[in-house]
Amino acid sequence: MEQFAPVKRSKDGQPVRYLIVDDSVFARKNLARMVESFGGHLAGEAGDGLTAITEYDRTHPDIVLMDITMPQMEGIEAAERIVQSHPDARIVMVSSVGYQENIVAALQRGARHFVQKPVKPEVLYEVIKYVLGDDGAVATAAGAGV
Amino acid sequence: MKMDVIQPFINSADAVLAQGLECSTAIGSLSMEEEAYRRKGVAAMVWLTGDIEGRIIIDLDPETAVRVASKMAGAELPESDSLVRETACELANQIIGNAITALNDQGFHFRVHPPVMHMSEEGIKSSEDTEALVMCFETPIGSVFMNIALRYNRKRHADAASAGH
Repeated sequence: MEQFAPVKRSKDGQPVRYLIVDDSVFARKNLARMVESFGGHLAGEAGDGLTAITEYDRTHPDIVLMDITMPQMEGIEAAERIVQSHPDARIVMVSSVGYQENIVAALQRGARHFVQKPVKPEVLYEVIKYVLGDDGAVATAAGAGV
Repeated sequence: MKMDVIQPFINSADAVLAQGLECSTAIGSLSMEEEAYRRKGVAAMVWLTGDIEGRIIIDLDPETAVRVASKMAGAELPESDSLVRETACELANQIIGNAITALNDQGFHFRVHPPVMHMSEEGIKSSEDTEALVMCFETPIGSVFMNIALRYNRKRHADAASAGH
Protein backbone atom coordinates (compact mmCIF):
# COMPACT_ATOMS: atom_id res chain seq x y z
CA MET A 1 0.00 0.00 0.00
CA GLU A 2 1.16 3.51 -0.82
CA GLN A 3 2.84 5.33 2.06
CA PHE A 4 1.90 8.88 2.95
CA ALA A 5 3.72 11.54 4.94
CA PRO A 6 2.62 10.79 8.53
CA VAL A 7 -0.10 12.99 9.98
CA LYS A 8 0.53 13.57 13.68
CA ARG A 9 -1.30 15.40 16.43
CA SER A 10 -0.01 18.99 16.64
CA LYS A 11 -0.27 19.19 20.41
CA ASP A 12 2.08 16.32 21.26
CA GLY A 13 3.42 14.89 17.97
CA GLN A 14 1.78 11.54 18.72
CA PRO A 15 0.05 9.46 16.05
CA VAL A 16 -3.57 10.37 15.31
CA ARG A 17 -5.84 7.84 17.04
CA TYR A 18 -8.73 6.37 15.05
CA LEU A 19 -11.93 4.56 15.91
CA ILE A 20 -13.13 2.55 12.91
CA VAL A 21 -16.80 1.60 12.77
CA ASP A 22 -18.07 -0.77 10.09
CA ASP A 23 -20.08 -3.97 10.23
CA SER A 24 -17.67 -5.54 7.75
CA VAL A 25 -14.46 -6.85 9.33
CA PHE A 26 -12.89 -6.74 5.89
CA ALA A 27 -13.74 -3.05 5.50
CA ARG A 28 -12.43 -2.30 9.00
CA LYS A 29 -9.14 -4.04 8.26
CA ASN A 30 -8.76 -2.19 4.97
CA LEU A 31 -9.43 1.16 6.65
CA ALA A 32 -7.04 0.25 9.47
CA ARG A 33 -4.31 -0.50 6.93
CA MET A 34 -4.97 2.86 5.28
CA VAL A 35 -4.81 4.92 8.46
CA GLU A 36 -1.65 3.09 9.51
CA SER A 37 -0.15 4.08 6.15
CA PHE A 38 -0.98 7.69 7.18
CA GLY A 39 1.03 7.19 10.39
CA GLY A 40 -2.12 6.74 12.48
CA HIS A 41 -2.89 4.40 15.35
CA LEU A 42 -5.99 2.22 15.68
CA ALA A 43 -7.59 3.12 19.03
CA GLY A 44 -10.61 0.88 18.64
CA GLU A 45 -13.07 -0.85 16.35
CA ALA A 46 -16.82 -1.36 16.37
CA GLY A 47 -19.21 -3.32 14.17
CA ASP A 48 -22.36 -1.32 14.88
CA GLY A 49 -23.47 2.09 16.05
CA LEU A 50 -24.24 1.12 19.63
CA THR A 51 -20.80 -0.36 20.16
CA ALA A 52 -19.30 2.71 18.49
CA ILE A 53 -20.76 4.93 21.22
CA THR A 54 -19.29 2.84 24.03
CA GLU A 55 -15.97 2.52 22.21
CA TYR A 56 -15.83 6.28 21.74
CA ASP A 57 -16.38 6.82 25.47
CA ARG A 58 -13.68 4.26 26.22
CA THR A 59 -11.01 5.34 23.73
CA HIS A 60 -11.61 9.07 23.04
CA PRO A 61 -10.16 8.87 19.51
CA ASP A 62 -9.05 11.86 17.48
CA ILE A 63 -11.10 10.73 14.47
CA VAL A 64 -13.97 8.30 13.94
CA LEU A 65 -14.43 6.65 10.56
CA MET A 66 -18.09 5.61 10.56
CA ASP A 67 -20.05 3.44 8.13
CA ILE A 68 -23.76 4.24 7.67
CA THR A 69 -25.62 1.00 6.98
CA MET A 70 -25.07 -1.20 10.01
CA PRO A 71 -27.14 -3.50 12.21
CA GLN A 72 -28.57 -2.41 15.59
CA MET A 73 -27.89 1.28 15.13
CA GLU A 74 -26.97 3.00 11.89
CA GLY A 75 -23.99 5.27 11.60
CA ILE A 76 -25.79 8.61 11.30
CA GLU A 77 -27.68 8.06 14.55
CA ALA A 78 -24.52 6.88 16.29
CA ALA A 79 -22.67 9.98 15.03
CA GLU A 80 -25.41 12.21 16.36
CA ARG A 81 -25.32 10.57 19.79
CA ILE A 82 -21.55 10.78 20.00
CA VAL A 83 -21.55 14.46 19.04
CA GLN A 84 -24.29 15.20 21.59
CA SER A 85 -22.03 13.85 24.34
CA HIS A 86 -18.75 15.01 22.79
CA PRO A 87 -19.29 18.17 20.71
CA ASP A 88 -15.65 18.15 19.61
CA ALA A 89 -15.86 14.64 18.13
CA ARG A 90 -14.52 14.47 14.60
CA ILE A 91 -16.58 11.94 12.69
CA VAL A 92 -16.05 11.13 9.03
CA MET A 93 -18.80 9.05 7.44
CA VAL A 94 -17.44 6.34 5.13
CA SER A 95 -20.17 4.68 3.12
CA SER A 96 -20.97 3.29 -0.30
CA VAL A 97 -24.38 5.00 -0.09
CA GLY A 98 -23.38 8.53 -0.96
CA TYR A 99 -26.50 10.27 -2.17
CA GLN A 100 -27.04 13.87 -1.31
CA GLU A 101 -29.73 13.54 1.33
CA ASN A 102 -27.66 10.96 3.19
CA ILE A 103 -24.64 13.25 3.16
CA VAL A 104 -26.70 16.24 4.26
CA ALA A 105 -28.35 14.23 7.05
CA ALA A 106 -24.96 13.07 8.30
CA LEU A 107 -23.49 16.57 8.26
CA GLN A 108 -26.57 18.07 9.92
CA ARG A 109 -26.32 15.51 12.70
CA GLY A 110 -22.71 16.19 13.49
CA ALA A 111 -20.45 14.42 11.01
CA ARG A 112 -17.56 16.54 9.73
CA HIS A 113 -17.12 14.96 6.31
CA PHE A 114 -18.17 12.15 3.99
CA VAL A 115 -16.05 9.69 1.97
CA GLN A 116 -17.65 7.34 -0.50
CA LYS A 117 -16.63 3.68 -0.80
CA PRO A 118 -14.68 2.23 -2.43
CA VAL A 119 -12.29 4.44 -0.48
CA LYS A 120 -9.33 5.88 -2.32
CA PRO A 121 -6.46 6.27 0.18
CA GLU A 122 -5.41 9.62 -1.27
CA VAL A 123 -8.95 10.96 -0.81
CA LEU A 124 -9.21 9.75 2.78
CA TYR A 125 -5.77 11.19 3.54
CA GLU A 126 -6.82 14.66 2.34
CA VAL A 127 -10.12 14.47 4.24
CA ILE A 128 -8.33 13.53 7.46
CA LYS A 129 -5.93 16.45 7.11
CA TYR A 130 -8.88 18.77 6.46
CA VAL A 131 -10.91 17.48 9.40
CA LEU A 132 -7.97 17.69 11.80
CA GLY A 133 -7.24 21.25 10.72
CA ASP A 134 -4.75 22.91 13.03
CA ASP A 135 -4.88 19.92 15.37
CA GLY A 136 -3.01 17.83 12.81
CA ALA A 137 0.38 18.30 11.24
CA VAL A 138 2.08 16.52 8.39
CA ALA A 139 5.47 15.29 9.52
CA THR A 140 8.33 15.98 7.17
CA ALA A 141 11.28 13.67 6.72
CA ALA A 142 13.25 15.80 9.14
CA GLY A 143 10.49 15.51 11.71
CA ALA A 144 9.25 19.07 11.30
CA GLY A 145 5.58 19.63 11.92
CA VAL A 146 5.41 17.33 14.91
CA MET B 1 -37.86 -4.43 -14.41
CA LYS B 2 -36.76 -1.53 -16.57
CA MET B 3 -33.27 -1.02 -17.86
CA ASP B 4 -33.02 2.44 -16.33
CA VAL B 5 -33.25 0.77 -12.93
CA ILE B 6 -30.78 -2.00 -13.82
CA GLN B 7 -28.18 0.11 -15.58
CA PRO B 8 -26.87 1.84 -12.42
CA PHE B 9 -26.11 -1.57 -10.91
CA ILE B 10 -24.17 -2.61 -14.01
CA ASN B 11 -22.29 0.68 -14.08
CA SER B 12 -21.56 0.45 -10.38
CA ALA B 13 -20.31 -3.15 -10.53
CA ASP B 14 -18.07 -2.25 -13.43
CA ALA B 15 -16.70 0.81 -11.60
CA VAL B 16 -16.20 -0.87 -8.21
CA LEU B 17 -14.49 -3.91 -9.72
CA ALA B 18 -12.36 -1.80 -12.05
CA GLN B 19 -11.23 0.46 -9.20
CA GLY B 20 -10.78 -2.25 -6.60
CA LEU B 21 -8.98 -4.67 -8.92
CA GLU B 22 -7.24 -1.99 -11.00
CA CYS B 23 -8.29 -3.65 -14.23
CA SER B 24 -10.99 -3.50 -16.84
CA THR B 25 -13.96 -5.85 -16.71
CA ALA B 26 -16.22 -7.33 -19.37
CA ILE B 27 -19.74 -8.70 -19.14
CA GLY B 28 -19.28 -12.35 -20.06
CA SER B 29 -22.89 -13.50 -20.00
CA LEU B 30 -26.29 -12.04 -19.36
CA SER B 31 -29.58 -13.86 -18.92
CA MET B 32 -33.05 -13.61 -17.43
CA GLU B 33 -33.98 -16.27 -14.90
CA GLU B 34 -37.35 -17.20 -13.55
CA GLU B 35 -36.11 -20.29 -11.78
CA ALA B 36 -35.00 -20.22 -8.17
CA TYR B 37 -31.56 -18.77 -7.72
CA ARG B 38 -28.79 -21.35 -7.67
CA ARG B 39 -25.72 -20.19 -5.81
CA LYS B 40 -22.45 -20.44 -7.75
CA GLY B 41 -19.98 -19.84 -4.96
CA VAL B 42 -20.16 -17.51 -1.98
CA ALA B 43 -23.18 -15.27 -2.28
CA ALA B 44 -24.00 -12.05 -0.42
CA MET B 45 -27.56 -10.79 -0.70
CA VAL B 46 -28.80 -7.26 -0.08
CA TRP B 47 -32.48 -6.38 0.21
CA LEU B 48 -33.86 -3.04 -0.86
CA THR B 49 -37.12 -1.54 0.30
CA GLY B 50 -38.68 1.69 -0.86
CA ASP B 51 -39.75 2.93 -4.28
CA ILE B 52 -38.16 -0.15 -5.82
CA GLU B 53 -38.04 -3.38 -3.87
CA GLY B 54 -36.24 -6.66 -4.20
CA ARG B 55 -32.82 -8.11 -3.79
CA ILE B 56 -29.42 -8.20 -5.40
CA ILE B 57 -26.98 -11.05 -5.00
CA ILE B 58 -23.23 -10.85 -5.56
CA ASP B 59 -21.74 -14.28 -6.02
CA LEU B 60 -18.18 -15.47 -6.60
CA ASP B 61 -16.19 -18.61 -5.99
CA PRO B 62 -13.97 -18.72 -2.86
CA GLU B 63 -10.67 -18.63 -4.79
CA THR B 64 -11.77 -15.53 -6.67
CA ALA B 65 -12.94 -13.95 -3.41
CA VAL B 66 -9.48 -14.38 -1.86
CA ARG B 67 -7.81 -12.88 -4.94
CA VAL B 68 -10.28 -9.96 -4.89
CA ALA B 69 -9.69 -9.40 -1.16
CA SER B 70 -5.91 -9.48 -1.60
CA LYS B 71 -6.08 -7.04 -4.48
CA MET B 72 -8.36 -4.66 -2.58
CA ALA B 73 -6.20 -4.88 0.54
CA GLY B 74 -2.97 -4.43 -1.38
CA ALA B 75 -1.48 -7.51 0.27
CA GLU B 76 -1.69 -11.28 -0.10
CA LEU B 77 -4.30 -12.56 2.33
CA PRO B 78 -4.60 -16.17 3.48
CA GLU B 79 -7.81 -17.95 2.52
CA SER B 80 -10.36 -18.36 5.27
CA ASP B 81 -14.13 -18.79 5.33
CA SER B 82 -14.57 -15.46 7.07
CA LEU B 83 -12.40 -13.60 4.55
CA VAL B 84 -14.36 -15.12 1.67
CA ARG B 85 -17.71 -14.19 3.24
CA GLU B 86 -16.54 -10.70 4.12
CA THR B 87 -15.30 -10.10 0.60
CA ALA B 88 -18.64 -11.06 -0.93
CA CYS B 89 -20.48 -8.82 1.54
CA GLU B 90 -18.18 -5.85 1.05
CA LEU B 91 -18.36 -6.13 -2.74
CA ALA B 92 -22.16 -6.25 -2.48
CA ASN B 93 -22.14 -3.26 -0.15
CA GLN B 94 -20.01 -1.15 -2.45
CA ILE B 95 -21.69 -2.12 -5.72
CA ILE B 96 -25.21 -1.69 -4.41
CA GLY B 97 -24.43 1.44 -2.40
CA ASN B 98 -22.98 3.19 -5.43
CA ALA B 99 -25.93 2.14 -7.62
CA ILE B 100 -28.41 3.33 -5.01
CA THR B 101 -26.60 6.65 -4.89
CA ALA B 102 -27.12 7.09 -8.63
CA LEU B 103 -30.78 6.00 -8.46
CA ASN B 104 -31.46 8.28 -5.52
CA ASP B 105 -30.16 11.19 -7.54
CA GLN B 106 -32.79 10.22 -10.17
CA GLY B 107 -35.54 10.55 -7.56
CA PHE B 108 -35.91 6.97 -6.30
CA HIS B 109 -35.82 6.47 -2.57
CA PHE B 110 -34.72 3.29 -0.85
CA ARG B 111 -33.64 1.72 2.32
CA VAL B 112 -30.62 -0.56 1.91
CA HIS B 113 -30.39 -3.42 4.36
CA PRO B 114 -27.03 -4.82 5.49
CA PRO B 115 -25.79 -7.74 3.37
CA VAL B 116 -26.54 -11.26 4.50
CA MET B 117 -24.91 -14.44 3.29
CA HIS B 118 -27.07 -16.55 1.02
CA MET B 119 -26.16 -19.97 2.26
CA SER B 120 -28.56 -22.43 0.67
CA GLU B 121 -27.70 -24.11 -2.61
CA GLU B 122 -31.01 -23.03 -4.04
CA GLY B 123 -32.65 -19.87 -2.89
CA ILE B 124 -35.46 -17.47 -3.25
CA LYS B 125 -37.48 -17.92 -6.37
CA SER B 126 -38.25 -14.89 -8.49
CA SER B 127 -41.94 -14.18 -9.01
CA GLU B 128 -43.53 -13.39 -12.36
CA ASP B 129 -43.06 -9.67 -11.83
CA THR B 130 -39.55 -9.90 -10.41
CA GLU B 131 -37.69 -12.13 -12.79
CA ALA B 132 -33.98 -12.00 -12.12
CA LEU B 133 -31.32 -10.61 -14.40
CA VAL B 134 -28.10 -12.57 -14.02
CA MET B 135 -24.84 -11.29 -15.39
CA CYS B 136 -21.25 -12.35 -15.12
CA PHE B 137 -18.44 -9.81 -14.89
CA GLU B 138 -15.23 -11.31 -16.21
CA THR B 139 -12.10 -9.97 -14.57
CA PRO B 140 -8.46 -11.09 -14.90
CA ILE B 141 -8.71 -12.76 -11.48
CA GLY B 142 -12.03 -14.51 -11.89
CA SER B 143 -15.73 -14.11 -12.48
CA VAL B 144 -18.16 -12.14 -10.33
CA PHE B 145 -21.86 -12.83 -10.77
CA MET B 146 -24.61 -10.35 -10.07
CA ASN B 147 -28.24 -11.41 -9.81
CA ILE B 148 -30.83 -8.64 -9.69
CA ALA B 149 -34.52 -9.14 -8.93
CA LEU B 150 -36.28 -5.81 -8.40
CA ARG B 151 -39.75 -4.46 -8.93
CA TYR B 152 -41.49 -1.14 -8.53
CA ASN B 153 -43.31 -0.78 -5.25
CA ARG B 154 -46.90 -0.64 -6.53
CA LYS B 155 -48.33 0.95 -3.40
CA ARG B 156 -45.78 3.75 -3.44
CA HIS B 157 -46.29 4.12 -7.17
CA ALA B 158 -50.06 4.40 -6.68
CA ASP B 159 -49.65 6.83 -3.77
CA ALA B 160 -47.34 9.01 -5.84
CA ALA B 161 -49.77 8.93 -8.78
CA SER B 162 -52.74 9.87 -6.61
CA ALA B 163 -50.72 12.69 -5.09
CA GLY B 164 -50.12 13.99 -8.59
CA HIS B 165 -46.39 13.20 -8.79
